[in-house]
Amino acid sequence: MADRFEEPAFGAVERDFSQVDKARLVQALSRVLAPASLLYDLEDLRPYECDGMAALRQLPLVVVLPDTEAQVVEILKICAAQQVPVVARGAGTGLSGGAQPHRFGVVLSLARFGRILSIDAHARRAVVQPGVRNLAISEAAAPFGLYYAPDPSSQIACTIGGNVAENSGGVHCLKYGLTIHNLLKVRGVTIQGEIVEFGSLALDAPGYDLLPLVTGSEGMLAVVTEVTVKLTPKPQLAQCVLAAFDDVVKAGDAVAAIIAAGIIPAGLEMMDQPATAAVEEFVRAGYPLDAEAILLCESDGTPEEVAEEIGRVRAILERSGATDICVSRDEAERLRFWAGRKAAFPAAGRISPDYYCMDGTIPRKRLGEMLRAIQDMEKKYAMRCINVFHAGDGNLHPLILFDANKPGDQHTAEAFGAEILELSVALGGTITGEHGVGIEKINQMCSQFATPEIKAFHRVKAAFDPAGLLNPGKAIPTLNRCAEYGRERMGRTSPQAHPDLPRF
Amino acid sequence: MDELIQAWSERVRQAAASGGKLRIRGGGSKDFYGREPVGELLETGACRGIVNYEPSELVVTVRAGTPLAELEAALAEQGQMLAFEPPRFAAGSTVGGCIAAGLAGPRRAAVGGVRDFVLGARLIDGRGDVLRFGGEVMKNVAGYDVSRALAGSLGTLGLIVELSLKVLPRPVAEATLRFEADEADALHRLNAWGGQALPVSASAWRGGGLHLRLSGASAAVEAAVARLGGEGVDAAEAEALWGGLRDHTDPFFSGSTPLWRLSLPSDALALALDGEQLVEWGGAQRWLRSERPAADIRRRVEVLGGHATLFRHGDRQGACFHPLSEAMMRLQQNLKNAFDPAGVFNPGRLYEGL
Repeated sequence: MADRFEEPAFGAVERDFSQVDKARLVQALSRVLAPASLLYDLEDLRPYECDGMAALRQLPLVVVLPDTEAQVVEILKICAAQQVPVVARGAGTGLSGGAQPHRFGVVLSLARFGRILSIDAHARRAVVQPGVRNLAISEAAAPFGLYYAPDPSSQIACTIGGNVAENSGGVHCLKYGLTIHNLLKVRGVTIQGEIVEFGSLALDAPGYDLLPLVTGSEGMLAVVTEVTVKLTPKPQLAQCVLAAFDDVVKAGDAVAAIIAAGIIPAGLEMMDQPATAAVEEFVRAGYPLDAEAILLCESDGTPEEVAEEIGRVRAILERSGATDICVSRDEAERLRFWAGRKAAFPAAGRISPDYYCMDGTIPRKRLGEMLRAIQDMEKKYAMRCINVFHAGDGNLHPLILFDANKPGDQHTAEAFGAEILELSVALGGTITGEHGVGIEKINQMCSQFATPEIKAFHRVKAAFDPAGLLNPGKAIPTLNRCAEYGRERMGRTSPQAHPDLPRF
Repeated sequence: MDELIQAWSERVRQAAASGGKLRIRGGGSKDFYGREPVGELLETGACRGIVNYEPSELVVTVRAGTPLAELEAALAEQGQMLAFEPPRFAAGSTVGGCIAAGLAGPRRAAVGGVRDFVLGARLIDGRGDVLRFGGEVMKNVAGYDVSRALAGSLGTLGLIVELSLKVLPRPVAEATLRFEADEADALHRLNAWGGQALPVSASAWRGGGLHLRLSGASAAVEAAVARLGGEGVDAAEAEALWGGLRDHTDPFFSGSTPLWRLSLPSDALALALDGEQLVEWGGAQRWLRSERPAADIRRRVEVLGGHATLFRHGDRQGACFHPLSEAMMRLQQNLKNAFDPAGVFNPGRLYEGL
């Protein structure tokens, strides 16, 4: 009975693709693509050698830039027939190396799928191609008083296809949800070249709900060719409260108190003192520089609703010991408050040659513990870390500051980051809230999941892609890698995630 | 509890080895739903209790056999709720059954469906392995989001033993309005309101009357009531109305005429199928009582861009859920095989052969 299912071989060890024949591949692809859509010379490939995780670079064999879904189908069929890895790519803004090319593979760029196909204001939905930028959807919907709610900080550049691949969040997802909560339908092509639609124009679809599996799957299950998103009515008014605290833990407690009072703010962000100082110097958002932590709490809705909520939030912040509370008086001031938060990453880039951004999520109540632990790690690794948090949903973005030109610094920053991620898991959280696993956090997957779950993930992958051709080596580690990683960190941590694997 | 889970895991292993089938059952309140259940009964009632509830984290972790009523009472004590308003077709409904069935109530269109509130799950797969996916945090993109995919899987992928769910505060204020409207007018208004920043939390249209529920901050509800007009419905009557729609105790759901659940784009045109109709979710869910042949109903719904479920009082040997494309069916079959290669769990409950 049980032989209806064969364990995917790629789950144990990474598949060797060194036999891929570039000339044969190019020849087959040239039959479906115009010369300008098929790149294989070194200088043409160079721009694709990394995504937002620039520390890792790898040239692909070939880059393809199809214009139509029919071409995507043909490309995937060719790659399936020749057993060539395929890495789909949007704007390449991802931070975890999810779009890093495969050495023996094709990069399938969706850059030319850049059209908004329709905006239906009455039904509040937009049908867009995957290469459309996140912000472009909201801009196109704005004349109808609508917008696309998820707003990752990179929204001016990142594409909706990439957002689907990563299940991206943003600063407003506590109230408005992640990408998955704002999708109706995703149309994609499987590695076999079959067109499949996940979800529907209704609020559900028959059978297993594969939309949540595909969303956040990091290009491992299908190549997205069309996305239908929900549009949300623009709130009449948004106002932001800026509160200062003389203690980080007090700020964390204030966050919990707001939620406990039954308030779901549109955004709830926290920055520690070093982060505040870094952005203040950069954008002059008006943040108090003497505060140990600041909170940004946004309220949106009708003017009546906002006034009521801001009143309640203010009272809670006062009770929680805020040393200073300031409510945005107009839209310009509100945007200035946010400008600081949204500039946190570039600000880190200004005060340090390099920074490494982490993305763990923890239960909110463990925030204080995490911050103290990070302070200890700063001493341990002799490296600075500035902290910005999506406090409302416990998603942390510690930015580890380092200098890649200093020997050993990169490695130290990685070890620092790995310790933060492993602590996130130990505190009951996860190694990635919204940036994805990609190649960056592949080892830490072994800390978060045990062998049976890793095996189950590989089986899910095989259900869509039995040969393991879509984005191989990303997101889900092989069992072999986990065994090796376990060996490497033996003695560092006590519980072993894979007690059943041979280790020596 | 560990012993119970171990015993279940052993039972699954034996079933898988011997060609056995298991029919997973919580409170049995949805025994009528889906294709005819087969297999040896495995009741989840003993796997009961709230494991962890942190109101300020907006998360509850609960064992699958916990009665929904028990969970909802615990949440209500803290002023919170399961925002998707799962139906309670009978007193014994369990949390596991609620997620496995994937059914949501009147608030669905406003806040999201069952899947949107699932954060994590622990389940026993068809090999007897105990697996844990997701967790207790809102944002988590490590690994495929298997726990959300369990919503609506009707227990065919695994035996759910524990769930972590996102919960929300109960609205401070609520009001229900009634409008006179024919079907086309009601559909038009519902979609138009959907495009405005109004605190609409539920809607229902039938036979010329459109009910609209508003929920949220007092100021927001008051402002919306003043703006929308209509006729106010008193609180007790409103509670009975929405409760009846949620739990199917409303007279519309009595009787033995086949009951169809039609899931449609909210702006889909009027059905134009004979039979009594009830429209919910801003137009996206339409209930139909009709003796019309299944093929007619499915064809019409497909044209409108949706899908049809034979919800109750139909032929349970045939297809209850809408037929899938060949490519999609193959993916679903593969996924089933990935979790339950021997076909132990609830065979055929969702589709024949799944």
